[in-house]
Amino acid sequence: MSETTLKVRSAGAERRIRALVAKPGLNSHDRGAKVIARALRDSGMEVIYTGLRQTPEQIVEAAMQEDVDVLCLSILSGAHMTLLPEIVGLMKRRSLDDVLVIAGGIIPDEDISKLKEIGIAEVFGPGTPTHVTVDYIKSNLRRKL
Amino acid sequence: MPDSRELEEIMEKSGRWERTTLRRYLESRPERKSEFTTNSGFQVKRLYTPTDLSNLDLSEDVGYPGEYPYTRGIHPTMYRGRLWTMREFSGFGTAEETNRRFKYLLSEGETGLSVAFDYPTIMGYDSDDPMARGEVGRCGVAVSSLADMETLFEGIPLEKVSTSMTINGPAAMLLAMYVAVGQKQGVSPGMLSGTTQNDMLKEFFAQKLCIFPPQPSVKLVIDIIEYCAKNLPKWNPISISGYHIREAGANAVQELAFTLADGVAYVQEALDRGLDIDEFAPRLSFFFAAHNDLFEEVAKFRAARRIWARFMRERFKAKSNRSMWMRMHVQTSGCTLTAQQPTNNIVRVAIQALAAVLGGTQSLHTNSYDEALALPSEEAVRIALRTQQIIAHESGISNTVDPVGGSFYLETLTKQMEEEALRYIDRIEAMGGIFQAIEKGFLQKEIANSAYKHQLEIEKKERIVVGLNEYTGNETSSIPLLRIDPEVEGVQLRGLRRLKESRNQDLVSRRLEKLRQATEKDQNLMPHILDCVKAYCTLGEICGVLREVYGQYQELTVF
Repeated sequence: MSETTLKVRSAGAERRIRALVAKPGLNSHDRGAKVIARALRDSGMEVIYTGLRQTPEQIVEAAMQEDVDVLCLSILSGAHMTLLPEIVGLMKRRSLDDVLVIAGGIIPDEDISKLKEIGIAEVFGPGTPTHVTVDYIKSNLRRKL
Repeated sequence: MPDSRELEEIMEKSGRWERTTLRRYLESRPERKSEFTTNSGFQVKRLYTPTDLSNLDLSEDVGYPGEYPYTRGIHPTMYRGRLWTMREFSGFGTAEETNRRFKYLLSEGETGLSVAFDYPTIMGYDSDDPMARGEVGRCGVAVSSLADMETLFEGIPLEKVSTSMTINGPAAMLLAMYVAVGQKQGVSPGMLSGTTQNDMLKEFFAQKLCIFPPQPSVKLVIDIIEYCAKNLPKWNPISISGYHIREAGANAVQELAFTLADGVAYVQEALDRGLDIDEFAPRLSFFFAAHNDLFEEVAKFRAARRIWARFMRERFKAKSNRSMWMRMHVQTSGCTLTAQQPTNNIVRVAIQALAAVLGGTQSLHTNSYDEALALPSEEAVRIALRTQQIIAHESGISNTVDPVGGSFYLETLTKQMEEEALRYIDRIEAMGGIFQAIEKGFLQKEIANSAYKHQLEIEKKERIVVGLNEYTGNETSSIPLLRIDPEVEGVQLRGLRRLKESRNQDLVSRRLEKLRQATEKDQNLMPHILDCVKAYCTLGEICGVLREVYGQYQELTVF
């Protein structure tokens, strides 16, 4: 982790990575979202957590208002194939293509490949160590810091 | 309990053992770790002896099963008389599909039903609400009106089966639908047995499926308790739940303490409503999780019964023994299941189920091994049910009451759990009670801290999870998972449209208006909600009226 931190800093970073953790849909299981929010914060990122039950519109609006570098979507309800494509579509329409979008939760393998095709960069399943997600974000940002 | 002379002798012998046998052994064979702890962080000693029980009064604190303080169980014969109820939480897709799963489980030897509703239902939305998009029938069964409930229980005689419904915000509406289905089957409300979870307090800090703000939410909880006390004598109007607190990240002692604190708050609210303690307390029921730390879990269940009995008798002056009984349902822990090497979960579930049975539960749900990946497949849920049946019929555990009671280790842990939980409850009361503790974010923060600590322990390998952070090789090939038919949403929407076209719209409007007036006048809403569901007002319409009067809850986000 310290290596990637150095890499980001040596790229002339003045500011910290800004991350939005969001929970689309009605599902309220936020243990994972909160753990990841805290892990990102502990790794030095600025983290905004939307709270529960956000519509795709609300999430994209928050991503824009907060000017985030990465959007982390946590979903465990099985509604991912409806809600995540909507979010990605709205991001594109708002020209937020340079925001890294990742997802976590209970998402079957066969859906993961479809989600990657439409622009979800990576999907982290149950049991993923938090540093794996942190490292992934740090080395895959699309925006310059 | 040995007398002081005998204790001295035991201490002397223990000292000798430590100085000789133990010391010699440790010189050549050091222990694996410098410190051993339980899941909740209690230090575990190398050996427990009668001296550990010196502050325990065996007759006052442990006593006999079926007698105060019920540490050893609420019934004198426990499973020698009757086995626990085997109840698998199930629901997915349409009411028709779930009805088929119910019948399958009953045919395989399940002894009670347990309904999982989908998120729109849980949040009080109809399947055609914009908020429901993508969620219909995904994590449970979609029930938007009495028509769906009729389908759900079609061909299942409600006078013969008990049904548990995991429903909180709209508990009154779903209970009303169940009552209405019963009446259509010719079963009077007084004959119905089962449980509505109806525990809103834990929603505000643990599961977070809240529709209305805390005060009106708890008002509805008490409406149901009051209504059932008078009309549904065999129904458990509430299942005061630690399960969700635990799943959100709490450790065992926090689960115990926060659940009991919720229980105290409900009792107080019901007393404030003017109910007599012995009129409603016998029907209060509880719901806990069972994790892997076997002895700590058994200790938790035993401590829970002891604390509750004492609260009821000493604090709330209950006279009836039944008011002092803590009857509980237990579910094995979803958050301990791994997506990696999923068949290992069968073993975890067996250990957890064992803890529940050794702890004296009245009812048990065993998780399916595929639940870290999807809703259970038919095969997975059958194995889960078989796990209970094997424990019941092959392990011999059910042949005697409280088989591990009296263990020096278990009794010490039970005492520790009790003391630590009471300390937490005192802290909550010092804040002004559970409402204030929620408002301050205290409970949310405690849970989030424990969840994060647990995660870091796994990542640092201070806690080994087999197949996840150790022994990770040889991942077996993938297992067959249940897929929810994407057509569910369409089927559900068409059914709802047909219902809205065929019902008496005038009656619907009049009943909803009467409900609004009753809500504004702060009356008990159960009879009005029952009138609404019988007129086929939808769940979303009924909750809509309440949303307009009560407002919606805005969550406090703490991480």
